[in-house]
Amino acid sequence: MPNHLLEIRDLHKSYGDVEVLKGVDCTMAQGDVISIIGSSGSGKTTMLRCINMLEEFQGGTISIDGEEIGYETLGGQRRRKKEKEIARQRALTGMAFQQFNLFPHMSAARNVMLGLMKVKKLSKDEARSIAEKWLDRVGLLARADHFPGQLSGGQQQRVAIARAIAMNPRLMLFDEVTSALDPELVNEVLQVIKSLAQDGMSMLLVTHEMRFAYEVSNRVIFMNQGRIGEEGNPREMFHKPKSERLSEFLKTSSFGER
Amino acid sequence: MDIAHFLDILWLARIPILKGLGFTISISLLAICFGTLLGIFVGLALTYGVRPLRWIVRGYTDFIRGTPVLVLVLASYYVLSTIGLDLSPFQAGVLALAVFCSSHVGEIVRGALQAIPKGQTEAAKAIGLTFPQTFAYVLGPQALRQVLPAWVNTAAEMVKASTLLSIIGVAELLLRTQEIISRSFLSLEFYFFAGFLYFIINYAIERFGRYVERKTAIPS
Repeated sequence: MPNHLLEIRDLHKSYGDVEVLKGVDCTMAQGDVISIIGSSGSGKTTMLRCINMLEEFQGGTISIDGEEIGYETLGGQRRRKKEKEIARQRALTGMAFQQFNLFPHMSAARNVMLGLMKVKKLSKDEARSIAEKWLDRVGLLARADHFPGQLSGGQQQRVAIARAIAMNPRLMLFDEVTSALDPELVNEVLQVIKSLAQDGMSMLLVTHEMRFAYEVSNRVIFMNQGRIGEEGNPREMFHKPKSERLSEFLKTSSFGER
Repeated sequence: MDIAHFLDILWLARIPILKGLGFTISISLLAICFGTLLGIFVGLALTYGVRPLRWIVRGYTDFIRGTPVLVLVLASYYVLSTIGLDLSPFQAGVLALAVFCSSHVGEIVRGALQAIPKGQTEAAKAIGLTFPQTFAYVLGPQALRQVLPAWVNTAAEMVKASTLLSIIGVAELLLRTQEIISRSFLSLEFYFFAGFLYFIINYAIERFGRYVERKTAIPS
């Protein structure tokens, strides 16, 4: 088994009759920072959500550290793994969402501690100290006992990132984490992600921030109509796109405007 | 209206009135407790149940909610005995009210759970929580806050509906009051007094609801 952190093979996913992923292949090594770009409806978010089984998929395999996610094949029959097993596998990845999805009835620290206590079975004190460490890291230690409703969008998203990363995932998934933010709040979130990338955290980002994708990632994947349209290092991708589709997409995106 | 005369009779009738009040409170309390417990299961089944179960429970709630409480009370007293289930008036009454309560609480619980954004479940899944954990720590506590105001309403309805048990001869507050009136002919005074007692009970329930709401309010 090659030492891929993430290996996606021939991923197929349909909603009813509509096929949104039509055979995606992708591998990722430890420490890779990969941005997934593409127009809406191209399947970027769906692909990300398949990786932690927030979406079921009908064909192909996804493995993390060689461990097959979500499904197993027994006697030629493909079966969904047991709920408990899937829950354990979901904790291999951390995810930050477009809408933050903090738990509104818990303080920032409690949001981060919940998974540590209930999934990792740490004591309250251990969980608290890890939570404080990560809240400090995203610059929000002073807000540890604030509730999500008392925080700005950018602060909420940073807490959400701390919540995901405190679980010590093998891989972080970012799903358009700045799309719901006011423009002046985008930067504080991107800075956090950038500093995590510099620490060697492996991450997969779906983003519309082309400039950010260009700066932070070592590889870019362009999704087009449920397939990978083009992939490569950001320099090639953004400056010398091979396909018509990608150059068109870049023209209409924020990257073309500079 | 002779206040002194009324107070005299009231004093003489204090024991039956207190007994009636005790019955009303215990009937209501039992109906609310059992009804709420059952209602939570109804709400869970309506929200998360597999399809056949959901259909059955949906049928149950629609049927119960579409039936007058009085009919439920009469049915649980008279109809159940024909199939060999002999309940005392008190038991039959509590059963009818609890069933009625459960269908309402079930709908309230379903509404509250469905009002929670999907992102909450997804975020809980993403950190590796199982469904029971997600329910216990993420969905349940949020639903509880949503449920409270409507639940207080239903609880107050149960207290009022307990008067219907007088029909099958449960000696609750209304029946006791009527007995006193039939002897003293002070109908205005005693109906008003009974109404006042019901108001006190429901006011207490409402205050309790407000108190819990305040205690569990999310700072924002």
